[in-house]
Amino acid sequence: MITITNLQKSYPRANSRGSDVHALRGIDLHVEEGEIFGVVGASGAGKSTLIRCVNLLERPTAGTITVAGQNLTQLSDGELRTARQGIGMIFQHFNLLSSRTVRENVQFGLEIMGLKKAEREARVTEILELVGLSDRASAYPSELSGGQKQRVGIARALAGNPKVLLSDEATSSLDPQTTDSILQLLKDLNRKLGLTILLITHEMEVVKKICDSAALIDDGRIVENGTVIDLLNTPKSKISHALFPLGESHGSPGHTIVEMMYAGELAERPIVATLSREFGIDVNILGAAVENVGDHRVGRMRLELPGDRASNEAPIARLRDSGLFVEVLDDVMPDASSGVVR
Amino acid sequence: MTFDWHVMIPVLWLALGQTFQMIGMALVLTIVVGLPVGVLLVTTDRGGIFEAPFGSRRFGAGLHAVLGFVVNVGRSLPFIILMVALIPFTRLVVGTSIGPVAAVVPLTVAAIPFFARLVEIALREVDGGLIEAAKSLGATRGTIVWKVLVPEARPGIVLGLSTSVISLLNYSAMAGIIGGGGIGDIAFRYGYQRFDTAYLITTIVLLVVIVQLIQSIGSAVARRLSHR
Ligand SMILES: Nc1ncnc2c1ncn2[C@@H]1O[C@H](COP(=O)(O)OP(=O)(O)OP(=O)(O)O)[C@@H](O)[C@H]1O
Ligand SMILES: [Mg+2]
Repeated sequence: MITITNLQKSYPRANSRGSDVHALRGIDLHVEEGEIFGVVGASGAGKSTLIRCVNLLERPTAGTITVAGQNLTQLSDGELRTARQGIGMIFQHFNLLSSRTVRENVQFGLEIMGLKKAEREARVTEILELVGLSDRASAYPSELSGGQKQRVGIARALAGNPKVLLSDEATSSLDPQTTDSILQLLKDLNRKLGLTILLITHEMEVVKKICDSAALIDDGRIVENGTVIDLLNTPKSKISHALFPLGESHGSPGHTIVEMMYAGELAERPIVATLSREFGIDVNILGAAVENVGDHRVGRMRLELPGDRASNEAPIARLRDSGLFVEVLDDVMPDASSGVVR
Repeated sequence: MTFDWHVMIPVLWLALGQTFQMIGMALVLTIVVGLPVGVLLVTTDRGGIFEAPFGSRRFGAGLHAVLGFVVNVGRSLPFIILMVALIPFTRLVVGTSIGPVAAVVPLTVAAIPFFARLVEIALREVDGGLIEAAKSLGATRGTIVWKVLVPEARPGIVLGLSTSVISLLNYSAMAGIIGGGGIGDIAFRYGYQRFDTAYLITTIVLLVVIVQLIQSIGSAVARRLSHR
């Protein structure tokens, strides 16, 4: 649905002594139709620049953006405006028109599309119903809570029936409960309407709760990218470590550290006890986490086995045989939980 | 000092009519020209939606610089000097340099840059995020100006308008002295040249009341329009 190839964006230096800021250094990304794709990264990594390039609010320095089969970078101004009507966008600070009521805000995009008044009214009623704001149609944005404002933002973005929704930190100024309700709404809309959602966020919770796929951006480059389940199956994945922070823990010398991921019914089995019994070794649990990721129940555990790597081939093979995803870590673990977010 | 209302009321009534005629005509022209100038001052600036009209960044920057310069020139001249300097121009446009209609020319020329700057200030208060949102919905630049920028800045523009009307009232008194008629003319001719304090006091009271009224109406309308 969205294909980004070799996307680059640099901002000219602010003064004669500075140098150009390379916000994006060659991004390749593909978002499948109907999926929720999350881009995470530290502050200044280029997330906002990336999403603003997708509907060309920001002109890329190089590269192409294809949305619904249309290469946006080659369009004329008029064609681009029409294309944007098929790409909704929501914002961290909602960006609602304070001089218009909820109903009038939602109508705005439809006015731009040139719909007749009766058609607009009908569509607004329908979409306000969908986001659960029918009773506040005549209110002004200043009379709404943050969560309600974002619902208006979503209704406005979706009124024209776009196939794609871009979300620029849409839940970042909301409290955790409101965040949950907005995420739930986005997921419902994704399922109900087959809406493709590309969102950027610095909150791992967002990825954990609604994303099908995710990418990690660092200094203008994509450093990790895949479906959430695949990323969880990659023990060294920074995204999956951030989803499952096991805390900092180093193995002691002469020991082997293994990390494993298990999903579904494997999560119910007494893995550690079995290992100790079968091999007669003292297994030390360094960290563990079990959580729901999207629709999956997923666990991750870090174990310390006595002896060096060579002496532990048998237990490791046994773990792998039972269907677990196992990775043997280097002696010194980098701090897994930091470095991804904020 | 005697307040001979039978004589004074018709004189003042006529003068008030002339004042409102001058201000009214000048105000319409001021809005028609000043609002677009204010919009251009903001939108041709760097990062504005008209920073590169017709695809030319230099044209946008040039337009911005020229407008800014002209507005500053207009604002740097005291009204009395502007009015005298404009006499030939006024004759050209109106055919005479005397009377309320002729006074409209210098009044308008003085009020346009003043109002344009106030419009500029009001428009700069509009959050850039709203423009982004409108762009993301596929809005044209015209739509952004007339459906986002101006409506969102409306309370500020209305306040600017009442300030401009009060300035026009002020200028119109000066215009009266060189033949525009109106309240200023009365105060000058009767109050100053004939030492008739009754007229002077009455015009002062009238002016104070009018200014209070304009300001209250402006503030009330601005408050009504503001939903921030
Ligand atoms: N208009 C601009 N002019 C110059 N530099 C910019 C501009 N916008 C962004 N940058 C720079 O580009 C880089 C990426 O910025 P961007 O806003 O995309 O980061 P981000 O990942 O969204 O960060 P945050 O999480 O803090 O919002 C930063 O170094 C930033 O300073
Ligand atoms: Mg950002």
